[in-house]
Amino acid sequence: MPDPDAAAIERTYRESSGRAVATLVRLFGDIDLAEEAVQEAFAVAAERWPATGVPPNPGGWIVTTARNKALDRLRRESSRYSRETQAAALLEVGGETEEAGPVRDDQLRLIFTCCHPSLAAEAQLALTLRLIAGLQTPEIARAFLVPEATIAQRLVRAKRKIRAAGIPYRVPRDSELPDRLPFVLAVVYLVFNEGYTASAGDDLIRSELCAEAIRLARLLAELMPDEPEVLGLLALLLLTQARQQARTGSGGSLVLLADQDRGQWDQDLIAEGLGLVRACLRRNHPGPYQLQAAINAVHSDAAAASRTDWRQILALYDQLSTIAPTPVVALNRCVAVAEVHGPARALELVDQIGLDAYYLFHATRADLLRRLGRPDDARAAYDAAVTRTANRAEQAFLQQQRDRL
Amino acid sequence: MKQYLLAVHMVDGEPAPSEAQMQQAYQAVGVFNAELRSVGAWVFAGGLHPPSTATVVRAQGGRVVTTDGPFAETKEQLGGFWVIKAADLDAALDWAAKGSAACGGPVEVRPFQESPEE
Repeated sequence: MPDPDAAAIERTYRESSGRAVATLVRLFGDIDLAEEAVQEAFAVAAERWPATGVPPNPGGWIVTTARNKALDRLRRESSRYSRETQAAALLEVGGETEEAGPVRDDQLRLIFTCCHPSLAAEAQLALTLRLIAGLQTPEIARAFLVPEATIAQRLVRAKRKIRAAGIPYRVPRDSELPDRLPFVLAVVYLVFNEGYTASAGDDLIRSELCAEAIRLARLLAELMPDEPEVLGLLALLLLTQARQQARTGSGGSLVLLADQDRGQWDQDLIAEGLGLVRACLRRNHPGPYQLQAAINAVHSDAAAASRTDWRQILALYDQLSTIAPTPVVALNRCVAVAEVHGPARALELVDQIGLDAYYLFHATRADLLRRLGRPDDARAAYDAAVTRTANRAEQAFLQQQRDRL
Repeated sequence: MKQYLLAVHMVDGEPAPSEAQMQQAYQAVGVFNAELRSVGAWVFAGGLHPPSTATVVRAQGGRVVTTDGPFAETKEQLGGFWVIKAADLDAALDWAAKGSAACGGPVEVRPFQESPEE
């Protein structure tokens, strides 16, 4: 039986470590100090909560404890920090500080720091997943399909640059937003994806990460209501999230879109997402997120899988391939090609895509091979897919598909 | 306040700017320098003669070896620089954007290491 206190700590960590780190960064202006203090606070929680019980506001308890740990550390290393810094941190704790920008959210501020254009794109993603979403280095490595040591090094270098170059912790001014925004959107999207299909472990869906990404997307939409790509991203996340319940069957097994009970789809989220897609269409400034949202809107519109308008989906993928010609878009487009032009044509196209490290590449191939009556080739492709995901629900699903051949 | 180096890089072999362009750049840089001074962001600045005028000196094992420069055999060479004071990188990048527009070339921004007494 799982230890209830350990479960509470785990839950608190998932829900509030990112927010705690962001608040500590605001208070102390030092990412490493913030991260270490929050880690220490969770270590204290693991020690004390079994005896004292879980406090009524675990997230707040973590922030307060982490702040005290950080102050202890500053006192011990007082040669590095002025007394003014300590006093300022003490004064600011608890109360809201004055903000020059339009948003009073510690995490949004930290997201813009993490996504500063002076940092390399890979570093921005790694930093945000670590500092905002609270992912561990191995999880980030799997999300990126790169070795753990590479991510660890990226994080160290990026944090060093933030400190040395003096990258500020603030939301950009209105005039700077158009340049800074695409980086932030990419990161929010990735956070959602990591939550939607956790890269490792037993749970197919880490709902907190999805909720976190949607929360951030909503904040961005509030902040920038005239940016169609912000609305497109929010719509995409909402329409995807709407299918969350239907996406897992008994025992947490994975259910494909075509086999989902559409009655379980969240109609409120769909209505909100469709409204946003329509608003984007009226603006007529298509971008990658709006097009992906539109593709999801077509799925959401179909009362049954058999009534999906695949031609429209393929047309949207054609448009998406033009403005975002990535291998993953090409792979997803092949799924629509299979429906419109048949699996043989789709397999030809899939085999031209170089995505060997990506499990969905092999899973897509496997499904096409199965439909083409090539069970031996399909089995080999499923095997390749299974070894490329650490998510147990996905592994089980792939294994099951393989066994059915 | 942090200090930043705003380095202007010149690409060797690119066609030289016309006299009119040079005059325009001198004037724009003068205006930019005046703005830096007026708000107290100025520390130091200077333009350099071409890399072909450089000399490299190495003091090694008690010997001094002097050779014709420049040190780095690359096409991009330092053409001039500003040293400025700015609150953070964003402020430095704003100055760099103005400096780049004034001199007509890309500007690299690098933070100085803090001196121990700061």
